[in-house]
Amino acid sequence: MSDSSARATIADRVAAATPVPVARRIRSLGDRAIAWLFIGPTILLLLAINIFPLIWTVYLSFTNYKANRSAPIRMVGTEHYSSILSDPDIWYSMQATAHFVFWTIVLETVIGFALAWLIDRKFRGHGIWTTIILLPMMLSPAVVGNFWKFLYEPQIGLFNYAVSFLTGVDRSSFQMLGDVALAPWAIVIVDVWMWTPYVMLICLAGLRSIPDHIYEAAEVDRASPWRQFWSITLPMALPFIMLAVLFRGIENFKMFDMVNLLTGGGPGSTTEVASITLKRDAFESWKTGYSSAFAIILFVAVFGLANIYVKALNRVKQR
Amino acid sequence: MRKLLTLASALAAGFIATASAGSAQAASLTLCWAAWDPANALVELSKDFTKESGIDMKFEFVPWTSYADRFLNELNSHGKLCDLIIGDSQWIGGSAENGHYVKLNDFFDKNGIKMSDFVDATVVGYSEWPKNTPNYWSLPAFGDVVGWTYRKDWFEKPELQKEFKDKYGWDLGPPKTYDQLKQIAEFFQGREIDGKKVYGASIYTERGSEGITMGVTNVLYDYGFEYQNPQKPYDMEGFVNSADAVKGLEFYKELYKCCTPPGASNVYMGESADAFKSGQVALHMNFAFTWPGLYKDPNVGGDKIGFFPNPAGPKGHFAQLGGQGISVVAYSDHQDDALKYIQWFVKPEVQAKWWQLGGFSCLKSVVEDPNFVKSQPYAQTFLDSMAIVKDFWAEPTYAELLQAMQKRVHDYVVADQGTAKEALDALVKDWTETFKDDGKI
Amino acid sequence: MSATGITTAHSVVAPTGRTRAIAGAIVIVYALITMIPLLWIVVTSFKTPDDSIAYPPKLLFTPSIEGYCNLFNTRTRQTPEYIAALPPATGQCDQLVRSRNMVIAGPSNVIPRFTNSIIIAFGSTFLAVALGTLTAYGFSRFRVPFANDLLFFILSTRFMPPIAVAIPIYLMYRAIGLTDTKIGMILLYTAVNVSLAVWLLKGFIDEIPREYEEAAMIDGYSRLQAFRKVVLPQAATGIAATAIFCLIFAWNEYAFAVLLTSGEAQTMPPFIPFIIGEGGQDWPAVAAATALFLIPILVFTILLRKHLLRGITFGAVRK
Repeated sequence: MSDSSARATIADRVAAATPVPVARRIRSLGDRAIAWLFIGPTILLLLAINIFPLIWTVYLSFTNYKANRSAPIRMVGTEHYSSILSDPDIWYSMQATAHFVFWTIVLETVIGFALAWLIDRKFRGHGIWTTIILLPMMLSPAVVGNFWKFLYEPQIGLFNYAVSFLTGVDRSSFQMLGDVALAPWAIVIVDVWMWTPYVMLICLAGLRSIPDHIYEAAEVDRASPWRQFWSITLPMALPFIMLAVLFRGIENFKMFDMVNLLTGGGPGSTTEVASITLKRDAFESWKTGYSSAFAIILFVAVFGLANIYVKALNRVKQR
Repeated sequence: MRKLLTLASALAAGFIATASAGSAQAASLTLCWAAWDPANALVELSKDFTKESGIDMKFEFVPWTSYADRFLNELNSHGKLCDLIIGDSQWIGGSAENGHYVKLNDFFDKNGIKMSDFVDATVVGYSEWPKNTPNYWSLPAFGDVVGWTYRKDWFEKPELQKEFKDKYGWDLGPPKTYDQLKQIAEFFQGREIDGKKVYGASIYTERGSEGITMGVTNVLYDYGFEYQNPQKPYDMEGFVNSADAVKGLEFYKELYKCCTPPGASNVYMGESADAFKSGQVALHMNFAFTWPGLYKDPNVGGDKIGFFPNPAGPKGHFAQLGGQGISVVAYSDHQDDALKYIQWFVKPEVQAKWWQLGGFSCLKSVVEDPNFVKSQPYAQTFLDSMAIVKDFWAEPTYAELLQAMQKRVHDYVVADQGTAKEALDALVKDWTETFKDDGKI
Repeated sequence: MSATGITTAHSVVAPTGRTRAIAGAIVIVYALITMIPLLWIVVTSFKTPDDSIAYPPKLLFTPSIEGYCNLFNTRTRQTPEYIAALPPATGQCDQLVRSRNMVIAGPSNVIPRFTNSIIIAFGSTFLAVALGTLTAYGFSRFRVPFANDLLFFILSTRFMPPIAVAIPIYLMYRAIGLTDTKIGMILLYTAVNVSLAVWLLKGFIDEIPREYEEAAMIDGYSRLQAFRKVVLPQAATGIAATAIFCLIFAWNEYAFAVLLTSGEAQTMPPFIPFIIGEGGQDWPAVAAATALFLIPILVFTILLRKHLLRGITFGAVRK
């Protein structure tokens, strides 16, 4: 019994090694039975709601199925995959996604780390202010994203008012959501507003994980604060920063709700990130087979990221 | 925390029990439609039905920008939410072929409901599939068409009239052609009126649902755009992307660039009406349903508002058809009650009250009544507009066709990508592919 | 270490008073700026529609409950003659609405939607936490074959883009009649949340010394009794924290809700953008709905602040 635990009681080991009458096994559940009884339902639920549908998606991705039509299903082989990979619209949407992911991560990391560093100065009342800063990330991106539409209104919105108040630019001379050049930044701003606290919180944990004695030693060596930052603070907090970056990367690669409500992918297809394209193909054009193939491609991409994430996560945990 | 946990699990257990308990209730019907003025008027009207029949009416209204998205999803999921649905004219093909709607021919015959009692364009547009065959899937419920409103009070300012005449050489008034419309829009763009900066025109530019398509087609039709070769169905090359159509699309973009208010990049009915209501624009494109509300508006209604049908273009004079028929959903458990509602709704006296409350009845006895034209200031414009209607594809693949047009047109007009010719060429390609997939070509 | 508490201090390298003051000032300014959108939601909810679209944005205005009236009622515009013929107005909302030449046509759908949100969020949280506790205990205490693979599998389900998952779920629910049902949504959210629950709870249970149960089992408890009477009470705080995280996810979820529900089971996030006035969105009513929707989350966030870090990193960062 390769899986018998070293910690298992002797009785368990005996029970596992010798066949037990069924009746007794039920009456006094062995640890193994309990383990499966406890884990089984979760696995079953995930098989039903996640794995089975995933397999179905794979199958659909090789068909011409359209969920709004009752025409017979025809196998089309890998046609969808090759047409997706050569479709300029898909590549455009991957570019839009990359722009969004890249800039949100850069800004959130820089601002989040800076905030964490400042909070770690432990000024009076930093606990309360930290909690306040954390609020946006707990809120529904959809509901809050919807309200940001109001803030971005060129004529009456608070955002344009603030910008015009601070810079003197005419408030209706620019439109955050309607302008091809600005819309990609409009969604970045909202994401940064919502999720910088997330990066901040993780960075803060990283900063606080640095033992004081290292700084003390640096002080003894008369290392300048600047040098301390570069050679102690940053490298030691790096695993945490990486963790935050990877998490935000995966989340924003999947981004749907906030962008869907804020711009819906517009103007034109300017902010059409991958999930929006997928939603349009799957639930508006009802190209089920085609969008299934796209979904699989996205899933493979995310799965790759997730793998990297778990490895990094383990490294952080080992510290 | 611990108390909270106990409380939470108790609550949760309770909620699961409630959620799983079937909701048995007294006779009630759910009617699905878009969230707009006429729907609220229908709520008011339907109170009479509840009084007469004892059947409770519930309503699910969704904003236009999500209307097709939401309810096509609902129909395709075979959901039971809606017993009755007032679905858009273009859904009829898909809903008929995929069995979402109950076929109404037998019901009409049994109850003596004659389609000849309804305005012909609405019967073809809202009820028939295949088109021009006597197969009815819905009852024309709400006639609608794109038209325009303008600020009569601004048009009547003598100093503006004079300046306009000097500049353009004709009297400022409702435009007859799109060229005139653009001149008026240019004239008002950025002008200060009563101490407020105003703009030329509000037109549809919405990307997410059907907005920009419902706007641009008004111009395209007039410029000579055709959906297909009249001799050869689904042959689109040279019709969708003809030189005339390209000119039309370019015109729409020029209009958008020169003469719309700032931030008008995602405008559909609601936003367009808001732009007019807030006194921002001189001209306002919208479906006729907005007219009763705007006419009643304390700020821009009454004497300040005028109405005119979609202007003509170099190659024709059309207007985009809107409007809907009311259908019984095939997945509903209350089809008999739903048919009762239609039976009630079709009565001439109910239809007359419908018009009174702000619903555009499609019943001939209502619209052909000699008093109809005088009943409301927009009644004549409505009739004139209904006489020149043309509609988008009503094919079962409508959603896909629409999505393609939304993307191509919005990319060109609003997002400045490529040329008009490229946009329409791409559209032909998209549409051809869709029809090929569907086995039509 | 709590993320926000003052538990550790770099004693020797403590920042100077001036550094602290500057750091504090910057953080406070940032916190105040990020609060503006949230405050604006509350402020807007008490404006009249006219005030809400005034320029420049109004800070001083007479508060009105019109937003809340419009949120809870559907209205229809009528002629003054029609209104004059009605019986006298009952209640403040009725009066407000009539002063705008409209009448209340009936209650809006907001209360059923709010109820749906509560039922689905609590229902799925209960199931996810129940399943998650069992599974986490299984993984924590027993040697499960392929434990790491299974745990990764459980977590990976969380990384799929929701739209990609929604395609087959849509077809599956259509086939078995779960579309737009509360049960369907509860199952789906349970499946998504159970991964978070397992990972968080495994951490919490790992922290409970095994010796407690072993002592109890020597005293004659069976394994199940020991689990119920020893482990569960010890893990109560962790379970509560996990529950709140699951609750927040289910409460905020938008992508599945918008694609898989239309009325019967529609929750608030997809409903709020549907709140429109005569033209576009009725911002005071939207703000009112948003405020009512966000307040529970704000309360929960403050309750949770000690466990936030753990929750948002799937237990990767504990401290």
